[in-house]
This record gives sequence, structure tokens and C-alpha cells, in this order.
Amino acid sequence: MGAWAVIRTIAKRELAAYFESPVAYVFLVVFLLLAGFFTFSLGGFFELGEASLNAFFNWMPWLYLFLVPAVGMRLWSEERRQGTMELLLTLPVAPWQAIFAKFLASWVFLAIAMALTFPIVVTVNWLGDPDNGVIVSGYVGSLLLAGAFLSIASMTSAMSRSQIIAFIVALMICLLFILVGFNPVTSLLSRWAAPSVVEVVAGFSVLTHFEGFQKGTVDSRDLVFFLSIIVFALFVTGVVIRNRRAG
Amino acid sequence: MIKVENLVKSFGATRAVDGVSFEVGRGEVLGFLGPNGAGKSTTMRMITGFLPPSAGRVSVCGFDVEQDPLEAKRRIGYLPEAAPSYHEMSVVSFLKFAAEMRGLTGQARRKAIANVVDICHLQGVLGQSIETLSKGFKHRTCLAQSIIHDPEVLILDEPTDGLDPNQKHEVRELIKRMGARKAIIFSTHILEEVEAACSRAIIIDRGRIVANGTPAELKAMSQTAGAVSMTLCGAAEQQVREKLALLPLVGRLEASAQPQERLTVRAFPGRSEDAAARGGSLAAALAQAAVREQWKIEDLRTEEGRLEDVFRSITRTDIHLEEKAA
Repeated sequence: MGAWAVIRTIAKRELAAYFESPVAYVFLVVFLLLAGFFTFSLGGFFELGEASLNAFFNWMPWLYLFLVPAVGMRLWSEERRQGTMELLLTLPVAPWQAIFAKFLASWVFLAIAMALTFPIVVTVNWLGDPDNGVIVSGYVGSLLLAGAFLSIASMTSAMSRSQIIAFIVALMICLLFILVGFNPVTSLLSRWAAPSVVEVVAGFSVLTHFEGFQKGTVDSRDLVFFLSIIVFALFVTGVVIRNRRAG
Repeated sequence: MIKVENLVKSFGATRAVDGVSFEVGRGEVLGFLGPNGAGKSTTMRMITGFLPPSAGRVSVCGFDVEQDPLEAKRRIGYLPEAAPSYHEMSVVSFLKFAAEMRGLTGQARRKAIANVVDICHLQGVLGQSIETLSKGFKHRTCLAQSIIHDPEVLILDEPTDGLDPNQKHEVRELIKRMGARKAIIFSTHILEEVEAACSRAIIIDRGRIVANGTPAELKAMSQTAGAVSMTLCGAAEQQVREKLALLPLVGRLEASAQPQERLTVRAFPGRSEDAAARGGSLAAALAQAAVREQWKIEDLRTEEGRLEDVFRSITRTDIHLEEKAA
């Protein structure tokens, strides 16, 4: 049995597990309500008078800050709590396959949540004549952003048996990744640090790298940034799981 | 099929498993005995590749569990302690998942599932989600998962824990049946289970193997093994003691009064002769004495020894230490 067949089997089970509990539906509803609220009320979608989804994508990092750790917190802590980790890791599967498969399932779940925001795209297209390329790149960026946050949640989830702790720690780390590039913070920083330093620090922010996608300019550096967060955090997940077993 | 060499596992300063070595071949059912915390589960977790050993090595069907984990794991079926499963799943989707993970698809998967459903009596609960099941069903669902790919090696951590006596009996019979073609290790607290299902037993205490042999061999280690006990009706204890003490084969004597004027005497073979070998003639000597004295014999038998006595005498030191600590 190939590595990908194993990954597919685990990912399929994980994804099905989301929809077998009511939590998934609650999550989807909350996600869509908040996305709508942020876009139309806080984002001023109509007041902007633009045929774009800027109002929508602007709030994505803040929305994900809370919702993605909520999706990812159960990834490993639940396996540990229920004892199924012992079951999973004694099946003929390499740890990296299990880690990636579980991550992938949650990522697909988030992608489904994102896909359900399609009415907003339809609305914009109906009201005006937006650049759909920019919208697609915005979605790609959102997906990568969600993936990066999710991998961080996977990592914190491996560290703790408690989902709450996994959630809070993931939220803190994600918040840090946002704040270093958040305008109020960077302007505060630029008062006493050289502009080059501020730029380097801001370079670690997901906001900085998400911006390009919002404008429709897909830069390979932004792509590499998000993918390397994902790879790194999943790698740490593996190390944590191995060390926990080594005792 | 299973080869364990000098296995060590330390958690911080404590050595949970301390130099354990044994082998299990095809057709063998190995019973794993020991007090709680003796290192049974830890040893099993190392055999199944869940925990990496601190030292030593395990090979399963010739594959080193650390060097070649996937090949080894393919050949192992494992029922972890407390029989975990994905609670939100239904029994049938859980079994489908287990089968797929073992590379079974299509017709082969359907057959494998039907087979284990039959063996573990899960017909009635296939569509139910696992969290709504009783403990016995949860347990059997996880057991079904462990045998779904008809593995050559089966590791069962307390397979009868939480089952009712009928279910216990069934699982024991199942282990015995499967044991003919596989190499099985199972741990238990129930000593009769070892006698009922195992071809060999290992007693482990504080991370070390303290006894290894067939159930009969272990029983022979018991102090009462080879002793003869005789129940008499209406005989006076003093007289019986005096008469029996004269017999050359008899060593120590124990007598206890039973209800309705019955008296049970237990005669231990004298000196250091091989207890089991001398047992037969000791019984004959006792019987002859009883006939001579015209005592009414109600019961006369040579004791095989009790596994429980062996278990307690070997692992008792631990309890003393714990009591002192507490």
C-alpha cells in the first residue's frame, strides 16, 4: 500500500469525523456569519463602492486567528486523550504520513468553509465587474494563510492533551505572526528602530505576505513564506510526537 | 516470530522495563502476567512499535521494529489497553477504516469485515456509533480491528478486561483457536485465563522477567505443588497428626477442621525430594494409613499447585515495598 493511499485513507476518515459531529456545522455557520459581518459591517463592503472583495479579504487574518486554531486544536490532543494515537501509530503508517494526512483533512475542511462564501463572489459579479483573477488569488492567499495557522495549531495540539491549551497557545503564536506586520505595531516600532529593522520584522508577518495575494500579485516569495511555515510547523509536530513517545 | 532481546525502557529515572528477553513462535500463546505497573503494557507498546525502546531490540517475523517499522507493523494486530477507538464513528465505518489501512479494498475488505463481525459478534451494532456502545461491544470492536487483516502476530493488552464471564470465555476460546496458526501475546490479571488459553506464561515484576514456563511448570513452583490433601470424616485431629507424622514420606503437616466434623490434612513431601515425582506415592501412603486406622476418606488428591500462589510469592516483595512507601 503506497504512502498516498495511506494518507488518503486517514484524511478521509478525519474529514468524515468532522461532519459526524455537530461541531463542524456550528463552525461553518459561525464562520459564514462572521465573514458576512466583517465584510458588510466592519469592512463597509457597500460604502467602498468598489467591485472587489477587499472588504472581505481584509478581515480574513483576524477571522482565521480565532477559527483556525479552533479547527486544529483537536488534531492531536483528541487522539492522545482518547488513546487512539496508540492505535493510529501502530498501524502500518509512518508518523509523517499521519501528521500530513490529519493536517490535510482539516485544511480541506477549511477550504470547504471558504468555498461556502461563494455568494459574496456572486454578489460582486452581479453588482459590478470585478477582476476575478484578483478574487481567485485572494482565495489562494486565504487558503495558504489558513494552512499556516492550521499547521501551528497542529503543533500546539501535539504538545497538549488539553484542547483548550492547544487553542490558546496556537492563538498566541498566530497573533504574533499577525501583529509584527500590523500597521499600528509597525508604526510604533519605527519610532525607535531603523526602517530596515522594521521591514525585516514585518517580513515575518502573515499580513505582509497576504497583501500581495489580495492585490492579485502572486509572488513566489509569499508562496514560499506560507509553505515554509506549514512545513516547519508540521515538522515540529513530528518531533513533539516522537519525543513524547520516547519518554 | 516475535523476538525480544534485552529490552529496556526508562522514563526519566525509573526503568519501566529492565532487560526483558523472550521469544514467541508460531502456534504459541504467551500469557503475560504481572502486578499493575510491572511493565507489561510498556513491553507490548515497544513490540508494536508505539514506544521506541531505550535499549535492546524487537523483531517481528524477522523485521526489526525500529529499523523496518512498516513491515513489522503490517504483520502485527494490536489491541491496546482500554481498547481505544474513534468514538464518533460507527462500528462499520471504523472497521472499514481499519481494513483500508491494512491495504484491504473491494471484495477482500468486505470479506474481512464480515469475518471479524462474525467472530466478534458485532452484527447487531454495525450502524451504531461507537460512543453509544456498552463497554463489551467497544472492546470487541477494537478486537475486531486487531484481527481484521489476519495478522501473523497478535498483541493483546488485557483482551478480557471489562467483559462479562460469557464474553471472557468466548475471547479466551478465540485466542486459543487463533493461537494454533499465529504467535500471540496477551496480558491479563486473571490467572485462570493463563491456564485456560496459554501454552506458556511469563511473569514480569518491576520490569524484569521473574518466571517463564508452561502453566504446569509455573504451578510446580508453588509451595503446595506435590502436597497431598486428604479430607476425613469423624477423625480426631490429634490422632491423625500423630499417625501421619510416623510415615517416612511425610514432611510437614497442616490440619484444619471443616464443618460437620470433617478434617482436612495437607501433607507436604518430606525433605528436599522432588515434590512432584514423590506425590503419587505420598498419596498412596496416606491412603494406606487411613485404611489401617479405619478413617473415612471423603476426598484425597495430590495438589498441582496454584498459579496464584506462585504469582504472589514471586511478586510479593513489591507489595511490601509499596506498603512501606505508603
